[in-house]
Amino acid sequence: MTASSNPELSVKVNAAAGAPAAKENAAAMPMRMTISKLNFFYGSKQILFDINMGIADKRVTALIGPSGCGKSTLLRILNRMHETVATSRLEGEVLLDRQNILAQDVTSLRRRVGMVFQRPNPFPKSIFENVAYGPRINGFKGPIAEVVERSLRNAALWDEVKDHLHKSAYELSGGQQQRLCIARALAVEPEVLLLDEPCSALDPISTAKIEELLVELKNLTTLAIVTHNMQQAARVSDFTAFVLTGQMIEFSPTPQLFTTPTDPRTEAYITGRFG
Amino acid sequence: MSARLRWRKFVSNLMLTLTGVCALVSVAVLFFILGYLVYNGGTSVNWAFFTQLPKPVGETGGGMANAIVGSAKLLLAASLIGVPIGFFGGIYLAEYSGAKVASVVRYAADLLNGVPSIVIGIFAYSMVVLPFKHFSTLAGAFALGLMMIPITLRSTEEFLGAVPRMLREGAMALGASKWKTIKTVIVPAAYRGILTAILLALARVAGETAPLLFTAFGNRFWSQGWGQPTASLPVMIFTYAVSPYEDWHRQAWAAGLVLLGLILIINILARTILSRGIAVPRS
Repeated sequence: MTASSNPELSVKVNAAAGAPAAKENAAAMPMRMTISKLNFFYGSKQILFDINMGIADKRVTALIGPSGCGKSTLLRILNRMHETVATSRLEGEVLLDRQNILAQDVTSLRRRVGMVFQRPNPFPKSIFENVAYGPRINGFKGPIAEVVERSLRNAALWDEVKDHLHKSAYELSGGQQQRLCIARALAVEPEVLLLDEPCSALDPISTAKIEELLVELKNLTTLAIVTHNMQQAARVSDFTAFVLTGQMIEFSPTPQLFTTPTDPRTEAYITGRFG
Repeated sequence: MSARLRWRKFVSNLMLTLTGVCALVSVAVLFFILGYLVYNGGTSVNWAFFTQLPKPVGETGGGMANAIVGSAKLLLAASLIGVPIGFFGGIYLAEYSGAKVASVVRYAADLLNGVPSIVIGIFAYSMVVLPFKHFSTLAGAFALGLMMIPITLRSTEEFLGAVPRMLREGAMALGASKWKTIKTVIVPAAYRGILTAILLALARVAGETAPLLFTAFGNRFWSQGWGQPTASLPVMIFTYAVSPYEDWHRQAWAAGLVLLGLILIINILARTILSRGIAVPRS
């Protein structure tokens, strides 16, 4: 993992509370990823229209918006998971550390930009093997048990599973499985971790644990999360982007977006008038 | 009770009895065959049957050791031919090909599966036996292997297709290439189903006689190698059953019993495999 290119800025972060410093502003932050003039199509249907935004380094960026607005699609573009659909087409530019992600080898890009999905999707392997999977396929030759332990600790799962690492991952609860998936993603030390509604299949207690974890993970990596839960975005994120029918309506520091939105549509959405 | 109600009850009971009897008959057939084989061949299944060669005509006793080994060799070689082609073909269908190619190959595989086994035998005869001018174990294995391809292919495709999409995405999001995803996640998630299907394919061709009649032919002695004719249990049953000798009839029954036992064992093994290990939850 490379360090933030602008380390003095991290001083501003109120790490203990997880609540971002209100003064933080998107323009001043070092961006890990930048998206500019992005248009995206499935076949002839345009899904995203002229999206411009950034993913701030070592912060949580939330994408909110009603179902079907394109927020998940936008997230999936960041590690090119959209390419699993053959008819997809993309215009514009997506940069990771100032380099075009579309020009890179897709497997090494996905190693740098990890993803956690809507529903926990552990492999039909043991807990240990699930976490070890990523480093192994990427040719890791070192002490794998250490990587597994560190990743599970970082995902706040170690204490719950350390005595049965060789049990099937399916014996864990849904919330534990999702944290296992986070550990699995962390094991390859991604520079950016994308989370696509990671709590939508979980109960409130598991959700709270994951949210707590996300705030912790900011110290480790850069996060982008899609959520349909506005309270969740308000609780965990530093920046929030509001997407509506494929368009970026507003992208601001989270406190600002939720207290003084500039666009009336944002205000209508966050006050629950639609969506 | 009105006549109408009585009539309804009568029809209901009639159908209950009819369907029940049919279900019973299906099960009874298996046990009847099994019982008949045990009754007729049970006494001839002894140590000598498994260890000795057939005795010359007129002498009683002897066994079918050569046919048992012959069948085992045929099945082994047939698997080596049929399983890789079916397995990798199935991977191609499930993971790489477009819908159009897949439907054509699928249809062709289903047709191949429906080709009568005697036709497969003639085909193997003209493809392998005639050019080499020799009946051989390999020719028999070629015929049986061809029969294993469609079953292996279709079931591999089916079981791979049933692996949830989210598992693929999980592997890809960790930087796994397509082939690596297939190799390390998708095939392992589906392997029990695939292995079961392969075993069932094996059990099916184990009893095939027609494709062996003019490929592996038959042999009253130990086969001299893969390029030489070999005895096999099904062909042995055929030869002995149509012979005029009382003792051969008994041995044919015994061979039938052994063959059926073998197939049952393979089936049980297949079911055991299917019920063990980490299953992928259906979603």
